[in-house]
Amino acid sequence: MFEQSLLSVLIWLPMIGGLLLLALGQQRAGMVRFLALVLSVVTFLLSLPLWTQFDGGSAALQFVEKTVWIDALNIHYHLGVNGISMPLVILTTIITVLIVLSAWKVIDKNVHQYMAAMLILEGMLIGVFSAHDALLFYLFFEAMLIPMFIIIGIWGGPNRVYATLKFFLYTFLGSVLMLIGLIYLYMTSGTWNLTELAALPLTMTEQTWLFFAFFVGFAIKIPMFPVHTWLPDAHVEAPTGGSVVLAAIMLKVGGYGFVRFSLPILPDASQEFTWLLITLSLIAIIYIGLVAIVQKDMKKLIAYSSISHMGFVTLGIFLVFMLMRSDGNSDMALTGAMIQMVSHGFISAAMFLCVGVLYDRLHTRMIRDYGGVINTMPWFGGFFVFFAMANSGLPGTSGFVGEFMVILASFQASFWIAFCAAITLILGAAYSLWMIKRVVFGTITNEAVESMQDVTTREFFILAVLAVFVLVLGVWPEPLVEVMRASVQQLIEHVSVSKVI
Amino acid sequence: MFGWSELIPALPELLVLAMACVVLIVGLYSSNRSGGGFIVFLSVLTMLFAIIITAKDHVATVDFSRQLLFNGSFIRDGFGDLLKIVVYILMIAVFFYAKQYLRTNQNVRGEYFALLLFATLGTMVMISGYNFISLYLGLELVALSSYALVAYSRTDIKGNEAAMKYFILGAMASGLFLYGVSLLYGATGSLQINEISAAIARQDNDMMLVLGLIFILVGIAFKLGAVPFHMWLPDVYEGAPVATTLFLSSAPKIAAFALAVRVLSQGMENIFDYWQPMVASLALLSIVIGNVFALQQDNLKRMFAYSTISHIGFMLLGLVGGADGVASAMFYIIVYLIMAIGGFGVIVLLSSKGIEAEKISDFKGLNQRNSWYAFMMLLILFSMAGVPPLVGFFAKLYVLQALIAAGYLWLAIVAVIFAVIGAFYYLRVVKVMYFDESETDQAIDVSFDVKAVLSVNALAQLGLLVILPVLFQYCIYVTKTL
Repeated sequence: MFEQSLLSVLIWLPMIGGLLLLALGQQRAGMVRFLALVLSVVTFLLSLPLWTQFDGGSAALQFVEKTVWIDALNIHYHLGVNGISMPLVILTTIITVLIVLSAWKVIDKNVHQYMAAMLILEGMLIGVFSAHDALLFYLFFEAMLIPMFIIIGIWGGPNRVYATLKFFLYTFLGSVLMLIGLIYLYMTSGTWNLTELAALPLTMTEQTWLFFAFFVGFAIKIPMFPVHTWLPDAHVEAPTGGSVVLAAIMLKVGGYGFVRFSLPILPDASQEFTWLLITLSLIAIIYIGLVAIVQKDMKKLIAYSSISHMGFVTLGIFLVFMLMRSDGNSDMALTGAMIQMVSHGFISAAMFLCVGVLYDRLHTRMIRDYGGVINTMPWFGGFFVFFAMANSGLPGTSGFVGEFMVILASFQASFWIAFCAAITLILGAAYSLWMIKRVVFGTITNEAVESMQDVTTREFFILAVLAVFVLVLGVWPEPLVEVMRASVQQLIEHVSVSKVI
Repeated sequence: MFGWSELIPALPELLVLAMACVVLIVGLYSSNRSGGGFIVFLSVLTMLFAIIITAKDHVATVDFSRQLLFNGSFIRDGFGDLLKIVVYILMIAVFFYAKQYLRTNQNVRGEYFALLLFATLGTMVMISGYNFISLYLGLELVALSSYALVAYSRTDIKGNEAAMKYFILGAMASGLFLYGVSLLYGATGSLQINEISAAIARQDNDMMLVLGLIFILVGIAFKLGAVPFHMWLPDVYEGAPVATTLFLSSAPKIAAFALAVRVLSQGMENIFDYWQPMVASLALLSIVIGNVFALQQDNLKRMFAYSTISHIGFMLLGLVGGADGVASAMFYIIVYLIMAIGGFGVIVLLSSKGIEAEKISDFKGLNQRNSWYAFMMLLILFSMAGVPPLVGFFAKLYVLQALIAAGYLWLAIVAVIFAVIGAFYYLRVVKVMYFDESETDQAIDVSFDVKAVLSVNALAQLGLLVILPVLFQYCIYVTKTL
């Protein structure tokens, strides 16, 4: 009984809880914090059965809920997860707990609204990952702009208004074109059900137009080069928690969208434009990696590194089409891309939280204001170095697994793709470690750094949890691979069959 | 033959007429000091009774059959019933907001509410008119009441100027409309909608008919405020007292919509090919001009005026979608008007004596002053911008799908791109409310009932999601039986 509505509970518990927090108001900040923590922890605990009771051997949709919502347009409240979406749901619930904890002391203006926005956002993100009705997906996909707009706008940095408006309008423009595409699909097929849409035959011209309609929506969200420019602004201005949720989860929605929409619904157009997507991914990996090196602002550096890492995700996804032609190991490419998504979720969250820790102490994110942090904050220095290593893809951390799988797969497709992709190992190390060298190591450069206190128990806990995930996934990724295997294989079988009329 | 039994389906109209007269008389003896509580009570009561009567009649008629009364000049059908009930509900909110506004300005007079009731009556006649004479009578009743309502505060120069503009342009539009009607009469030999429809079906389309159509369309476009006949709208919205602006963007818009549907979709469905491109161009121009001009407004009333123009354009796109599109247009206008009066309602609440909170900067830091009102306004603005999960998104979705079904994919794409441009000015208000620091910490003093009405009004943007399938389904039913 409970399992039948587990996904609904996961979506609505944080959302309704969030509205409740809004009603509590500004004065009861202590209670709000406590309640928000309880809500996020309960949501996390409730999401665990998704993992434990998941049947990894099946590619079918699990924990399905389906009721008619709007009859006139055949819209269903249809939820369900498969091996690709389930890990992302759990990633969301874990990260939200950490975000609530990280905001404990830092956010003192309108705490209730901050916590409410975060919880509502969590519900919407879970909705995105579990919706199996295209319109329901779109609903959550769009709706999460509202809390994020508020989060950046109220608690952000000095240039927050520009950043948040740019963020909103950029993503809004991308998604309305996608909406037109979805309506068109509905008009042709009479359904919003993703499984039925995947089986719908379409002409090549239709597929091409739809592919670009979806491409705009998802590429902006990921974000891919050249529509990435909103991300550095949004990241720099967002409060720590906002950056974390943006990098760790919201970017994944774009990659997830490609896997859930573009590939199964438009396999032929995806095949046709593989060259474009791979080129853009490689540009993101190399060019954005180079851009990251020269950044003076730590958050901006991590933002660019996120774009570069997400390039691996799109590269992995679209390598599938090149490998299918040459009988290569296309499973590995797609699995690598998915692992990269989860792993980047943890690593980027950790990196932003580390910068947040520094920012809370000195209120600056500029690399030049730091130096020799390890002397005053040994524990923190250890964590920061570890996460930076993971960010540059050190073997043994989760950052290595996904990138390695994608690079390995790309070797089968073309040497030059692999060559370009592998450059990231150098670039990643360059920007991460050079930042570490300037911030963490060396001698103490100024008095402000000298007076810094090491991490508190709360901060230690947050970073330790993330470190454990990064290590475990790096050493033993098998459980995650296992969960995805059936779904990935099914998807690849599906896209290898042309559906052109 | 005229029989007394014919009066029964027109009972709501008779009730509103009678009560308008009662309110006018009671108003004479009700002084400013009492705050007009009794008059508001009477007006709201009238609407409540009207809801009951209309709903009862509606339920009593089997399978949405229509009743033609008074020699075919008046029609009672499901389409009219639903629109009337929406008008009553909107008017209840209008009465409460008007009370709040007039009390703040210490200018409560009975005529205001009597005029509102007469305008409501005009709206109802327009919704139920089935003959160009009765349609025109309804139109003029709404228009005359509206001119007076705009000029309500006699000492306000801006209000008088607006009323003057409104009157002159309105009179001209009425003239054009009548001229069109006379041409139509010449071409078809009748003034009754169904006879016109039959006559058009019989004959080839001659010049006179098309010319009549054009003039009638101009009249309708003027009443709706569609570009290029929108010039009056920003000036009147800005100049009128905000309570009147609020009214202007409620019932009269429904009336104009009903007129458009009766004349175009019902009377001239056989020359659909002629009016479809005309309506499409009106719609496209409205969306483009409305959104672009709204971007540069600092005055919230004026910004809402341009935003109204763009929303009217979106609604007209539904009519372009043909028979199926009428339901989506109907849903759109209902949803939009709920948002619009909510938006103006917040302006009413923030206004103080003699000063209307009409500048966008008046909303600075509203979140700090009163986070509840800020949240209400946030819901309304995002709903207007068409961001899901708010109900404004679904209204747009229905129109877009009707449009794409009719083969106008490119129009749909232009419409959504301008919807994104439009999102910017709504976001700007949200930005001012949430991200800027408040300049005053003056408490917002609002009586409990008005606060409750506003909350219901704004929360409808979320709450409608529950009844949205039902409401939309119902719009489809009633438009099918047109």
